[in-house]
Amino acid sequence: MFERSKFTLLASIAAIFVVSRFSSHIGPYYYDIIISIGINIILAVSLNLVNGYTGQFSLGHAGFMSVGAYTVAALTTAGTYTVLPRLAFLGPVVSISVYFGVSLLLGGLAAGIAGLLVGIPSLRLKGDYLAIVTLGFGEIIKVIIENVDALGGSRGFSVLTVYTNLFWVYSIAALTIFVVLNLVNSTYGRGFLTVRDDEVAAEAMGINTTKYKVLAFSLAAAFAGVAGGLYVQFKQFITPEGFNFMTSVSIVTMVILGGMGSTAGVVLAAILLTILPEWLRYISELPSLPAWLVPLLQNQMIPYSILLIILMLTRPQGLFGVAAVKRKPA
Amino acid sequence: MSDPGPLLELRDVTVKFGGLKAVSDFNFSIRHGELAGLIGPNGAGKTTIFNLITGVYHPTTGSIFFEGKSVAGKKPYLITKRGIARTFQNIRLFGSMTVFDNVRAAFNMHLRHGISHALWRGKGFRKEEVLVSKEAAELLDIFHLGDVRDAPCTSLCYGDQRRLEIVRALATHPKLILLDEPAAGMNPAEKTELMELIRFVQEKFKIAVLLVEHDMRVVMGICERIIVLDYGVKIAEGPAMEIKHNPAVIRAYLGVDEDEPTTPT
Amino acid sequence: MIEFLQQLINGLSLGAIYALIALGYTMVYGVLRFINFAHGDVFMIGAFVGLFAGPMVMRGFGGQPTWTGAFLVLIIAMVACAILGIVIEKLAYRPLRNRPRLTVLITAIGVSLFLENFGQLPFVFGPDPQSFPDLIGDHAITIPAMFGPLTDLTIMVSQVLVFVVTIVLLVALRFIVTRTKLGMAMRALSVNPVATSLMGVNNDVVISFTFGLGSALAGAAGILISIQQPSIDPLMGLQPGIKAFVAAVLGGIGNIPGAALGGILLGVIETLVVGYSDVLHIPPGYRDAVAFFLLILILLFKPTGLLGRVEREKV
Repeated sequence: MFERSKFTLLASIAAIFVVSRFSSHIGPYYYDIIISIGINIILAVSLNLVNGYTGQFSLGHAGFMSVGAYTVAALTTAGTYTVLPRLAFLGPVVSISVYFGVSLLLGGLAAGIAGLLVGIPSLRLKGDYLAIVTLGFGEIIKVIIENVDALGGSRGFSVLTVYTNLFWVYSIAALTIFVVLNLVNSTYGRGFLTVRDDEVAAEAMGINTTKYKVLAFSLAAAFAGVAGGLYVQFKQFITPEGFNFMTSVSIVTMVILGGMGSTAGVVLAAILLTILPEWLRYISELPSLPAWLVPLLQNQMIPYSILLIILMLTRPQGLFGVAAVKRKPA
Repeated sequence: MSDPGPLLELRDVTVKFGGLKAVSDFNFSIRHGELAGLIGPNGAGKTTIFNLITGVYHPTTGSIFFEGKSVAGKKPYLITKRGIARTFQNIRLFGSMTVFDNVRAAFNMHLRHGISHALWRGKGFRKEEVLVSKEAAELLDIFHLGDVRDAPCTSLCYGDQRRLEIVRALATHPKLILLDEPAAGMNPAEKTELMELIRFVQEKFKIAVLLVEHDMRVVMGICERIIVLDYGVKIAEGPAMEIKHNPAVIRAYLGVDEDEPTTPT
Repeated sequence: MIEFLQQLINGLSLGAIYALIALGYTMVYGVLRFINFAHGDVFMIGAFVGLFAGPMVMRGFGGQPTWTGAFLVLIIAMVACAILGIVIEKLAYRPLRNRPRLTVLITAIGVSLFLENFGQLPFVFGPDPQSFPDLIGDHAITIPAMFGPLTDLTIMVSQVLVFVVTIVLLVALRFIVTRTKLGMAMRALSVNPVATSLMGVNNDVVISFTFGLGSALAGAAGILISIQQPSIDPLMGLQPGIKAFVAAVLGGIGNIPGAALGGILLGVIETLVVGYSDVLHIPPGYRDAVAFFLLILILLFKPTGLLGRVEREKV
């Protein structure tokens, strides 16, 4: 008897495989957007595990993405002449797949370990403090990379290959969703939700809240690392500045817009917020547009920030989230 | 059959917050299956004692033993795992979850299947999930909350929420349950129901119950033994009849007659 | 030794700037228990107000840098920033007074991003750095020969100005907080908002006042730093903002003397780390990481900060 969630996952991957065979028919502009959407889905769904389901506010997700990105960049570059030829016996497609797959795995592992290192000291803090500390760690990671010459420092790092494609991105996105949903919809995973709802009560019910917080944090970091690896083998060029606080905020915005604690909402939000800047750029290039409006739309942070403010003022629970219980004024 | 000794024992426990002594040289023990009550004027330190027992606070000096093993200074979830459960003065349910999930969440600590099983979902995992759901449903039925199982827990009325908190605590299979002002906010009929409920819990689940309560009718009605606290110090201990007539207790609650030499209350 | 004194002077001067900004963070946190992410950008706006007001004022004084003119620009910037702070609070934070704190935090991030990116628009400030006018004719003070080896020190007039202004503002702030009714209301609010309003205090007015006060100090910091380092741009508030927040946490968030202490300490430590980077084997590129490193240390070992007090959650 086939278990339902695994079946859905395998069926999805099969469908993605079929669709990806036709990817050459998609124009490069749209292909770019579709890949970006997939990467953002991985980032947002994984962050939702921390911010949404476990209720811990992390503002440093981009830092873990960069750990994965640089790890994969380094591995795929360094191994081109040493490791890859040894896999040649598997044939061109399989050898690259194995090579890339293992690099992604290692990138995710590195990011997960970084998540562990950051999480263990930070997660004793709550609310605003946790947010600031994760922000701080994100900045520290950025500064460290900037000071490592071997990784190109602030000038950046280039890779010569493009291993990322529709199949990789969307299979991993499907896997991310599978992991998060299966986790949360189990008695074990309900532990995450208790930490979000009431830590004191959770501890009183025998739940090790620290374990759950660190677990969510590290797992999310690992997925962010994999997303970073997919990113670098797509854009071919990364700089530490590309993984700064603004990037973290963009991912957080997707989680908030989607409704913290709703994976479906977050996926939808990732899609919308990836398309939004492109749509704004399209509008800004329309000839009939008044000139003063053009720069307002081209700097995507302006509509982003306005969206954030309006969202918080009018519908802080996002698209599909549950409205938070109102705090008593006392 | 040899005497297994007290279930829970506090020896010379003192808790200081900064310069303030919240609890002083407190000695107390409770036996298996016993129903005891902890009373005292407001601010006497009753909830502090609860927090001490459950690991939220650590004693400044003194020791706490549960089933003969020390639990002072341990993290709260470990103490719950040893077999002590509690409810809270201000109800602390898991607000985003249904009634059913609140109870199921409390089975978390009994799970033998961890993260990898939740992901892989093999036979063993699915069996355990079914068992958890079954036992949670049974518990809810016993306490007449079975019908509202899928309702958001915040939609329940106050009395039902309090009952749910007790059910949730029972899901952890405790040997001792601490109830923090369970009758607060209830009308007399509800309080009578509560008294029967607590006695039922004690008998059916064979667990010890320690109760903090202000309503004397409830305390005198069900507690086998009562401990009285005032300003963090134990001033009396004994069966209900004795406590009712104990002059020190009366003084603590009602104050002194103007003609008598004054003592601080 | 001279080297050390020089670094110390530079560090104190930097620390004074951090202290001024940190005070705003700590006061707002004290009354509202929330981190005003947009505070660093108010600092930036202060600098830009000076950019526009400076030449106008100097024209009124015959095109020459004067002390009076400089102080006038300082006042103008402080008032403008105070108004900005009050407006932001009223529009973006007050409607969320009873919502979970995280909601307001995110809104603050939104306001911060908006100010930074709106400022980068070509018809506002533009993204490129601009030159701040020389308001005081900055130069190094000639140290009289009688101080012997101390004559090797370089002390700029602007550094002395920063120090003097900061001390004056700190004293004024202390007076307001301890000797005026509004100050007392601020302190009461930070302990118990409900009781305070029951005592007949209009909490909204006190909160607006707190925001205005903190923003005015940030505005002053904006002018003072621009006098020292005349290149300003719309993103200049990012790093100092975060660092000043670290300073506030270092001193104990919510604690006013703590914020001043934290600011000075952070400025000195940061300058010393960079100044002695070869001895310490820390590359100067890690300058910005110093603050975060300190933040993590403090939050791990003494989260209430150097002068802060513990707040226990009632169970």
